Amino acid sequence: MNFKKQLKEGLLTNNPVLSQLLGMCSTMAITTTLFNGIGMGLSVTIILICSNVVISALRKLIPDKIRIAAYIVVIAGFVTMVDLLLKAYLPALSDSLGVFIPLIVVNCIILGRAEAFASKHGVLASAVDGLTQGIGYTAALVVMCIIREFLGSGTFGKGVLGADGVRILPAQYPALLVILPVGGFLTLGCLIALTQWINRKLAEKEKEKEAVQ
Amino acid sequence: MSTFVLLFTISLNAILAENFILVKFLGICPFMGVSKKTDTALGMGLAVIFVMGLASAATWLVNEYLLVALDLEFMQTVVFILVIAALVQFVEMFLQKALPALYQALGIYLPLITTNCAVLGVALLNIQNGYTFIESVIYGVTGGVGFTLAIVLFSSVRQRLEDCDCPKAFKGYPLALIAAGLLALSFMGFSGFKVF
Repeated sequence: MNFKKQLKEGLLTNNPVLSQLLGMCSTMAITTTLFNGIGMGLSVTIILICSNVVISALRKLIPDKIRIAAYIVVIAGFVTMVDLLLKAYLPALSDSLGVFIPLIVVNCIILGRAEAFASKHGVLASAVDGLTQGIGYTAALVVMCIIREFLGSGTFGKGVLGADGVRILPAQYPALLVILPVGGFLTLGCLIALTQWINRKLAEKEKEKEAVQ
Repeated sequence: MSTFVLLFTISLNAILAENFILVKFLGICPFMGVSKKTDTALGMGLAVIFVMGLASAATWLVNEYLLVALDLEFMQTVVFILVIAALVQFVEMFLQKALPALYQALGIYLPLITTNCAVLGVALLNIQNGYTFIESVIYGVTGGVGFTLAIVLFSSVRQRLEDCDCPKAFKGYPLALIAAGLLALSFMGFSGFKVF
C-alpha cells in the first residue's frame, strides 16, 4: 500500500467532503469556529479508523445480506464511546457540537468507507484508509472553519488559542451572515468548485505527461 | 399556554423558522441527491414525513419505557438507529404488500431513509427538548413537512440550474449548494419569528 498516494487521495483527488460529497451535513453545520472543526474532525477520524479496522477484521464473518445493519451497529458502538468520552473530558466541545456527535452514526463517510474499502481490504490497509480519509475530512473542516470564522467573526482559532481567539478584523467589520447557515452553503459551494478546478488541472497535467512519453 | 397553541408553535417552528434542511443542516445528502426532479423530490418528501412521524413515536416509546426505565440512556444512539433501521425495513415490507402503487413510487428512497440524518436527528432532538409523546409525533411529522417544502422548492430551482451557463468548475454541486444557500437566506427571514 502506498501511503503517500492514499494521503493525496484523501486530501485532494478523493477527498470525502470536497470530491465524494459525503458527510455534508456536519461539514456545514459545525464549522463556525476552529475548535469545533478540529474536535469534530478528530472524533470522526478516530471512529473511522476503529470501525474500518473492526469491519475489515470481521469482513469474512458478516453475511452479505445483513452487512449494512452489522456495519451500523459497529459504527454506533464506537460513536457512543466517543460521545461518552467527550462528555466526560471535553464537555465544552460536547456542548457546542450537540446532536452532531451522535449523528456521526449516519455520517455517510464512515458507512461509505466501510462498504467501499474496509469490506474488501485487509486490516492494516483499512486502518491506513481510515486515517487518510479522516485527515482529508479534518482538513476540509479546518479550511471551512478558518474561512468562515475569519469572514464571519473576524477572528482566528476561537477556542483553540484562548476563548476568543486572535482578532484579525475589528469587531464592526465581519459579516455575521457567513457563520449563519447561509454561509455554510456558500463556503462549501465555493470550496467544491475550487477542488473541481484543481482536480481538472491535475488530470490535464497527467494527460500531457502521458502524451509526452 | 394551551396544548393546541404549543403544538401549533412547535409545528410552525419545525416547518419554517427551524427548517431541518436549511437551518439545522439535517438531511443534506438526500436534499442534494434526490432534488433533480420535482416528482421524485415530492415522493422522497412524503416518505420522509411518514418515517419521521413513525420514528418519533417509536423512539419516544422505546426511550421512555425501555431505556429510562432500565437506566440505559447512554445506549440511545445505538438503540435509536436500530429502531429506525428496523422500522424502515418494516414499512418497506408493509407497503410492498398493502400499497404496491405507493411502494413502486417510493422505490429506492425508502431504504435510503435509514441513513438520513434528519430521522435520527429528530429522534435525538425530541429527547433533548424533553417533548411529550404527542409533541414528539407532531415535531416529527412537521419536521418532515419542512423537509418536503425545502426539497420541492429546491428541485424546481435545480431544474433551471441544469441549463444555465456558468464557469466549468461550478457546474453541478457547487452551483446547487450556492442556490441552496440563497434559499436558506430566504428562510432566515422566519427566524426570530415568535407566534405568542
